[in-house]
Amino acid sequence: MSQFVGDVVAWFADPVNWTGSNGVPNRVWEHVQMSVLAMVIATAIAVPIAVYLAHRRMGETFVVGIVNLARAIPSFGVIAVALPITIRMGLGLGFWPTLLALLFLAIPPLFSNTHAGISGVDQATVEAAEGMGMTNRQVMTGVEIPLAMPIMLVGARVAAVQVVATATLGALVAWGGLGRYIIDGFATQDLVEVFAGGLLVAVLAVATELLFSLAERLVRRRYHSEQLTRSTV
Amino acid sequence: MSLVAQTSNQPLIVWDWIGRNLTNIWDRTVEHIVLTVIAVGIGVLISAGLSLIALRWRRSYSPITWVAGLLYTIPSLALFTFFVPFTGLSVLTAEIGLVSYTLLILVRNMVTGIVEVPSEVLEAADAMGYSRRGRFLRIELPLALPVIITGIRLATVTIIGLVTITSLIGLGGLGYFINRGLQTFSSPIGTTQIFVGTVLSIALAVTADLSLVGVERILTPWRTRRIGR
Amino acid sequence: MSKSPMITLNDVSKRFVGSVDDAVTNLSLTVDDGEIVTLVGPSGCGKTTTLRMINRLIEPSSGTITVAGSDVGTVPVHELRRTIGYVIQQVGLFPHRTVRQNIATVPSLLGWDTDHIGSRIDELVDLVAIDRSILGRYPLELSGGQRQRVGVARALAADPPVLLMDEPFGAVDPVVRGHLQGELLDLQSRLHKAIVFVTHDIDEAILVGDRIAILNTGGILEQFGTPGELLARPANQFVADFLGSDRAIKRLSLLPIDVSLLEPSLPGTAADQCMAAIDVGATLKEALDAIVSGNGRDVAVCAEDVCVGTVTIDMIHRRLTE
Repeated sequence: MSQFVGDVVAWFADPVNWTGSNGVPNRVWEHVQMSVLAMVIATAIAVPIAVYLAHRRMGETFVVGIVNLARAIPSFGVIAVALPITIRMGLGLGFWPTLLALLFLAIPPLFSNTHAGISGVDQATVEAAEGMGMTNRQVMTGVEIPLAMPIMLVGARVAAVQVVATATLGALVAWGGLGRYIIDGFATQDLVEVFAGGLLVAVLAVATELLFSLAERLVRRRYHSEQLTRSTV
Repeated sequence: MSLVAQTSNQPLIVWDWIGRNLTNIWDRTVEHIVLTVIAVGIGVLISAGLSLIALRWRRSYSPITWVAGLLYTIPSLALFTFFVPFTGLSVLTAEIGLVSYTLLILVRNMVTGIVEVPSEVLEAADAMGYSRRGRFLRIELPLALPVIITGIRLATVTIIGLVTITSLIGLGGLGYFINRGLQTFSSPIGTTQIFVGTVLSIALAVTADLSLVGVERILTPWRTRRIGR
Repeated sequence: MSKSPMITLNDVSKRFVGSVDDAVTNLSLTVDDGEIVTLVGPSGCGKTTTLRMINRLIEPSSGTITVAGSDVGTVPVHELRRTIGYVIQQVGLFPHRTVRQNIATVPSLLGWDTDHIGSRIDELVDLVAIDRSILGRYPLELSGGQRQRVGVARALAADPPVLLMDEPFGAVDPVVRGHLQGELLDLQSRLHKAIVFVTHDIDEAILVGDRIAILNTGGILEQFGTPGELLARPANQFVADFLGSDRAIKRLSLLPIDVSLLEPSLPGTAADQCMAAIDVGATLKEALDAIVSGNGRDVAVCAEDVCVGTVTIDMIHRRLTE
């Protein structure tokens, strides 16, 4: 066992693993880039729709359905199904099936938590805002979204951790990222490389979790919103 | 682009293949269920122990959930890779990873379920002369059951999804087909396998979820019956 | 009858861990068989703490409490509690058990056989006036009033000599509360339990209490006596304030019409010939109300459709000052 640990340390110490397209910096950068891109697009799609529906008090049953269904779908299956789809669309291997799968996995938690957060805003507060003559838009951006922000961030955290984890599987559809070490390592029976890849993925996922937890805490403190409506995920 | 031309005329699903492989599909489904049941079963036992510790010594709750949360955050594939060098491509490796995943959900629901039993109910139980143990077994545990079962439902559905990933370490249940399909993705047989594996995994998760809802209804008639009124 | 009291609190104090003030201070009280003692006072007066020390949900810091002659501290706590009925505002019915199972709780803990429990439940159903059809229901399917009655039935199931009630009717609406108060008094007239009844509502304390203990912040006993005594002679300003500025009116509601003090009226006059009439069983408060409603005119008092005399303001005044 100590032999193995030594090998892993040696792997990380080897300059070869820190340069070029298969070096750690590049693989981390790829992984982060893809994750951020997926999160930005998913947010742009999910949040406005969820805010609007929740503001209009619509879509409650849809939210429950989407949460339950999303949980039942295996992420591995999503990325595998994305592949034939993107190929038939002429988008090819690698980047597109990975991005498509990540979007599909990131949207449900973002959507449901945003919806729950907005729906959980005290109706009296909203009525007070309307009573003071705020427009619909002002109520949404000035009252509902700030108050729902802690819960929206819970959704973002869940989505982001899921995205970072699943981006690893992108290597199976010929994309890069940290999953390459794991998949290539298995292919060449190089368990040291596999382990190193796993370690990097784990660190990145935990870092993502901590980053969003921190953001959540800052926002909660800023608005010190006591009404901590439960997140749906 | 030649790939597009090559694939676009092909059917996505070859129904023949499914018909020819029914035995194989059945075996993999059973494997999927077995891997899930073992993971959730052991997860429930360990979580019950951890929850009892957390309830007995409240201060231990946050360190326990912190560690369980860490295990939950680490992507399952990464978790498997940590054990492969030591326990090989084995059921043990798969189960260590899968069980680790259940702990956060289960411990949180078990502890919450017990802690959220209304204080007036506990007061009444004490005042009527229940022993501490009697109160726990006859009052607190039955009343926590809905929340505990919700935890088991969440854990089960999550694990059914994750079992597919164990195909990368040589197991996989229905994930086996997804993995095989990915290796031959340009052929109709490949896409067929991907769809079969994914759709059956979803079906399994939904079935398990609904079955557990049924179990919950049977075990907790006092909650569901009023809905009918 | 020189029987010793059913419940005795002797110089009992309680200070909670981490607090510098006593929640209950040197409290001594007795409750006799067949008597309802109400504990009343502002929040923080230790009335609930006092109640909970009797069945040892809270252990006193000093002093002794005896129930049926034995020191509660020497009885194993689970055995003690199975002999003391306990009713709280939120009722605390077990949501996962049917009404029948809820009522059977203590008999089951005591190991009664099924037949015995069954016949006891039959008695209790009649006693607390619950509909037999609800026995198979779960608490979530009951109304507030039904829950409270089931709570009382559950507390009485093993026929404990002592009943502790902590604001039992605080969570039901005023109409139902009135019914439940009446039912409690009716029940007590048949069962003769020793009941300690905590309330923050002085009117309720006066209505149900044979004796009232008025407690001040820190569990200091300001006065302990019958409602009549307290209303007639409040021991200090605190008690007087707590009883309220309408103390005299409250007293009137406790005093019945004394037939021997009535002014004579024409004997044999039929009730329907009187201008205004009240029943001979009415209280002086009702009599006063009738007089005021009748523009100050005297009011006839009738027994079974026959006038037995006339009640006047003078007479009411004399009763208050005697």
